[in-house]
Amino acid sequence: MLELKNVCAGYGTFQALFDVSLTVNAGEAVAVIGPNGAGKTTLLRVISKLIGAAAGEILFEGRRLNEVEPHRVIELGVAHVPENRRLFPRLTVEENLRMGAYIPSARAHFAERLASAYGLFPRLEERRAQLAGTMSGGEQQMCAIARGLMSRPKLLLLDEPSAGLAPVIVQRIFDVVRRIRDEGYTVLIVEQNVQQVLKVVDRAYLLEVGRIKASGSARELAGSEEIRRAYVGL
Amino acid sequence: MQIFDVFLLEAVLNGLLFGGVLALLALGLNLVFGVIDVVWICYAELMMIGMYTVYFLHNAYHLPLFVAFAAGVIVVAGCGVLLHVLVIRPVLNSEPINQLLVTGGVLFFLQAAATLAFGVQFRNLGLTLPSLELGEIFLPFSRIYAALTALVAMVLLWLFLKKTYLGTAIRAISQDRAIMPLMGVSPSRIYVVTSAIGGGLAGLGACLLVLQYDVHPAIGLTFGPITFMICVLGGLGNMIGGFVAAFILAQLISVGGFFFHIEWGYVMAFIFFIVMMFVRPQGIMGGKG
Repeated sequence: MLELKNVCAGYGTFQALFDVSLTVNAGEAVAVIGPNGAGKTTLLRVISKLIGAAAGEILFEGRRLNEVEPHRVIELGVAHVPENRRLFPRLTVEENLRMGAYIPSARAHFAERLASAYGLFPRLEERRAQLAGTMSGGEQQMCAIARGLMSRPKLLLLDEPSAGLAPVIVQRIFDVVRRIRDEGYTVLIVEQNVQQVLKVVDRAYLLEVGRIKASGSARELAGSEEIRRAYVGL
Repeated sequence: MQIFDVFLLEAVLNGLLFGGVLALLALGLNLVFGVIDVVWICYAELMMIGMYTVYFLHNAYHLPLFVAFAAGVIVVAGCGVLLHVLVIRPVLNSEPINQLLVTGGVLFFLQAAATLAFGVQFRNLGLTLPSLELGEIFLPFSRIYAALTALVAMVLLWLFLKKTYLGTAIRAISQDRAIMPLMGVSPSRIYVVTSAIGGGLAGLGACLLVLQYDVHPAIGLTFGPITFMICVLGGLGNMIGGFVAAFILAQLISVGGFFFHIEWGYVMAFIFFIVMMFVRPQGIMGGKG
């Protein structure tokens, strides 16, 4: 479904990604793990075209994304839940969800998708008229994920959904990720919480200083001595 | 004493009507600043273009007034788009002072162009609308129509911003421009739409003003500063704050003018503004809303 071939990218003169190649097949949940500053967020930003790729090719369902305008990517079926949630703080929860359904194909189904978002996150329905910026971090993360699902993407990009949340909330967020993939969504998730994320994905890539250092099934990587020592802390 | 109270009441009512018009004038400027973060210093000169448009279409080409009004709104909306695309877009990411300077430059350009094209004479529609008589109180219909139109326009704009996808995107973009593409929104398109609406509101303001005031190349100097003051007093970019500030300043001008002299009303309004800038420099409502 998604294929990156030798992608290089960066900001100005700083190069953050070097020859990154990666694939995500339909129906899979794939994680990109790695330390802070490895380029994980940049990787997702390249896919959703928030930044351009300096070299290499990004293919989604066989179509080259390199030349696609940033705001057209979601119309092709890629939704990106960005780092730090990035809700619109002075819009209500429901207005944030409306922004998630901005593209024409989603608007027509807004009521039905809003109902299913509230089904997945009952707390959001209670808070529907509240300003998003006034909610707790966990609630905001749920709202951000719900907003990403409003367009019914073929591929959902999740950037560090557990960052900055209390352990009990982190557990709930990973339960949500598991439910989303059980519903049939294809998910590419970037995480520092290696131990948890490897429990909910099929495969994973290890990204270090902008390069893919290892890849394999979640089970293989979770069993790898190197990864256990460096990232799981066991 | 009785007669004194009636005239005071008349001043208060006139202030309310004037406040409605001022609130509309401030609305377009506030909307553009709130969304694009650029102050259209030449906002009142856009209104001048609208006033000339209405004047010439009605008085020289003898089109019905409502057609001239519609054309005035559309022309100024188009000017708003041109202003954004030709002048503001190239400096969108440069220093705020540069953005102020370019729109200030447009102010002088439009004034000079209007002087060259139309001369310095004062022109008016030549209409005299009657006044509404309530006992001893006289309220000119031109002011009543203007205030009512302003009120309707403000309600419609509020509904648009609150209830539609495009309106929600316009509010969202001022909160987080960088992620708008992730929602499928093209920021540059939203800016063009916002500029069209801001221009359209200036055009509507022009239609309301041309009923009451003569148009001439310097008319912008009469309404530009007060419009800008209202926005700053309410909190730049805060539309509700601007609404409140418009009515406060209009009452100061109207009632202050009643107690002393109409020019003193303006002086009081400006003194109030200066004092408020020391007390609440962020504006009555502070920040954006």
